[in-house]
Amino acid sequence: MTLASYLPFLSGGVAIGFAATLMMMLNGRVAGVSGILSGLWRRTDAGPAASAAFTTGLALGPALYALAFGRAPEVHLTSSAPVLVIAGLLVGYGARMGSGCTSGHGVVGLARLSPRSIVAVAVFLATAIATVALMRIGSAL
Amino acid sequence: MNSARVIATGLSGLVFGFGLALSGMLDPARVRGFLDVYGAWDPSLAFVLGGAVSVASIGVWLSRQLRRPIFDESFHLPHGRTIDGKLVGGAAIFGVGWGLAGLCPGPAVASITLGAPATLLFLVAMVAGMMVHDREAIRLVGSAGRQGRCRPT
Repeated sequence: MTLASYLPFLSGGVAIGFAATLMMMLNGRVAGVSGILSGLWRRTDAGPAASAAFTTGLALGPALYALAFGRAPEVHLTSSAPVLVIAGLLVGYGARMGSGCTSGHGVVGLARLSPRSIVAVAVFLATAIATVALMRIGSAL
Repeated sequence: MNSARVIATGLSGLVFGFGLALSGMLDPARVRGFLDVYGAWDPSLAFVLGGAVSVASIGVWLSRQLRRPIFDESFHLPHGRTIDGKLVGGAAIFGVGWGLAGLCPGPAVASITLGAPATLLFLVAMVAGMMVHDREAIRLVGSAGRQGRCRPT
């Protein structure tokens, strides 16, 4: 792959960083998906209307992409139903327990140089890489 | 919550979702390819994270020049520095789930409009996992309060 072929990934990242910038400068808050989503069922200082607005916008983002580029984003998801359920439970429970996910810790937390986020990102990258490696070994046996 | 703040939040979500679609993060196979460092490693998501963190860093710097956010009286940012078992354990559990399916909360929510049944199944399980955690947290705080161990807030 040439460097230019990485341009969509870089510009996608730039858009995500811009979304986090909007949230920070306009509302003074962290654009963390798991925290905002949980505002739909628990009390947060931003309130349920903000959680509903962010979630709706987030879900409409790929539709806007499809409208702009005339094709839906590619999705290849081949995991079995039990794996999807277990993975979903772990991702949801872990994100709330660790106070953030790839967006809150991974994008905003790293940008703020938060020591908690730096540790969280190192830990979840390590366990995610280990999980993929173990599954590779498992499927080779 | 004033309407300007709600609209700004929705706009941030929309740009976020558009960025996820553009970046390839909605494709669990690509995410798992990025995590597969001992196999056929796909470095493309490093560009996503690099781009996102760089731009967000400028955002952080710009907001530090502001006395207050444009639509609010003050900043609402976490300032904890304690690295405890809850942070490390939660991140570890999160990472295992992320590696298993290649999906995390942002892409799971953003994929609703794509209507893939597999992603929706993951999303339902993820929300259930979040709610189980939050219900436990409420119960723990409640019982600590009854035993007089809860710090006043």
